Amino acid sequence: MVAMNVVEKILCRASSRSVVEPGEIIRAKVDRVMFHDLTGPLTVKAFEEIGVSKVWDPDRVVVIFDHLVPPNSERAALNQRTIREFVKEQKIKWFYDIGRGGICHQVMVEKGHAKPGELIIGADSHTCTYGAVGAFSTGMGATDVAAILATGETWLRVPETVCMEIDGELGDMVTPKDVILHIIGCLGVSGAVYKAVVFKGFTVEKMSVSGRMTMCNMAVEMGAKTGIVEPDHVTEQFFKSKNIPYSSGFVSDQNATFDETHTFDVSKLEPQVACPNSVDNVKPVSEVEGIEIDQAYIGSCTNGRLEDLRLAARIAKGRNVKPDVRAIIVPASQEVYQEALKEGLIEIFLQAGALVCNPTCGACIGAHMGVISEGETCIASINRNFIGRMGSPRAKVYLASPATVMASALTGVITDPRRVAT
Amino acid sequence: MIVRGSVVKYGDNIDTDVIVPGKYLGITDYEELGRHALEGIDPDFSNKIKQTGILVVGENFGCGSSREEAPVALKYAGVKCIIAKSFARIFYRNAINIGLPIVVCPEASEKLDNGDIVTVNLAEGVIINTSKNEVYRTKVLPEFILEILKDGGLVAYLRRRLT
Ligand code: SF4
Repeated sequence: MVAMNVVEKILCRASSRSVVEPGEIIRAKVDRVMFHDLTGPLTVKAFEEIGVSKVWDPDRVVVIFDHLVPPNSERAALNQRTIREFVKEQKIKWFYDIGRGGICHQVMVEKGHAKPGELIIGADSHTCTYGAVGAFSTGMGATDVAAILATGETWLRVPETVCMEIDGELGDMVTPKDVILHIIGCLGVSGAVYKAVVFKGFTVEKMSVSGRMTMCNMAVEMGAKTGIVEPDHVTEQFFKSKNIPYSSGFVSDQNATFDETHTFDVSKLEPQVACPNSVDNVKPVSEVEGIEIDQAYIGSCTNGRLEDLRLAARIAKGRNVKPDVRAIIVPASQEVYQEALKEGLIEIFLQAGALVCNPTCGACIGAHMGVISEGETCIASINRNFIGRMGSPRAKVYLASPATVMASALTGVITDPRRVAT
Repeated sequence: MIVRGSVVKYGDNIDTDVIVPGKYLGITDYEELGRHALEGIDPDFSNKIKQTGILVVGENFGCGSSREEAPVALKYAGVKCIIAKSFARIFYRNAINIGLPIVVCPEASEKLDNGDIVTVNLAEGVIINTSKNEVYRTKVLPEFILEILKDGGLVAYLRRRLT
């Protein structure tokens, strides 16, 4: 038996082969495919142009409206209408319309559409998020996804796999976001192009599925094809707590090899900030403290989950957002929103003077609800700070954890959350 | 497949938000999308590329989102072929799928300069720089990828096979 790592095992299963090797191109059967309101119109158009009449398996297709929700223009409304009609016509089983789901990657995991050992393709680059539950998931474009809708299959280059061995207990107010920003700062935005990244080690074992999602979500910011955490008791507990049937998927063989291994000790890590205009322009918060901000944004598929909102609320409780600053909070899904309401988190935000929006990608894509103008600075819990990402190409975006974002909202300048936390 | 033109050159890590900013997504008129291509780094890009056709870039071109509008906008702006040191993987697939020829060739990406006249032979993996009298070699694309490009994209390729 050839020793294989978790990624190779999943691709073997998907391609019905007994071994696969990095660099090989394989044909694989897809377990689940996802697209959303922004990539949907091109997907539907391409599907129709291919000319087959039926989707290969409507039970394996998930469609989620999240990017322009609710629609911000006639064009967005029309695009959504087109997709809605397609969903009906094709009898697609899993459709999350406005008010039902939330941000696609959050919904995929929270509703159990991503499971250990599965091959999942989404028409969105952050599809790599579901590695958090041991799936091999990756983003593709609309035409690739249309081809999968037609055939149930796709081609993949078997990636080399990089192992990130992360050790050390995280300090208070230091989060998985800080860990992944630190890693990207070390490896650079092209540090893992085409490769799969496996996150391992004590720090990852202790992380919740939510934290693991943040890590895997940002694997693509190093150019990776996917990020993955091998399923363990945390994964199993996650599915059990949601009453979703669980099967354990794959873990790497003991003697499996990796293309590269990088080790990190995060026990002394301070909160990290990615500065404009690149995700790898990462500095410890102490080096950027004091930079004035106009907007603080907590949300997105990277950091809009309950754990994130709890942390932000812990900081905001009984305090006020600085008068000159807009704080915008966007729960990642309807489920997160409801839980946050029950726990009183939303009330804390409202009393602090923050605006709480509906679950949506919103300003994360610079199209909706919190777009920033030229000359403005935003600190955000999202995953990209490219030029123009949140609006004007002449605005500045700093990326940080929800804790650092909320601490900064209170003081009006980039702030180490450990100073403000109680 | 043979593509000819002259070169317009930019740097490394050009992301999809720069190629087509989020605010233009959803535009289904591809000519219009094309007019906005790369405007974040060069407002004059779509005018230049119409005369030239060959886009030369550095590392990790097209990193960022999965938006297929990125290669679509470049194609409709007038790009006939992109030569790069490396591409981000989703962009790479998307370009092939919409029938936009792309070539990974670090040597060509370094040596080609603005205005150089080039001929790219995709099936043979050869790039000829007539201006400097140089030849660069690249890996030949797998047969099925060449087929997809020849058909003008994945949709046409599948239509031919499935219907
Ligand atoms: S929240 Fe941002 S990064 Fe996540 S899917 Fe939406 S636009 Fe993309």
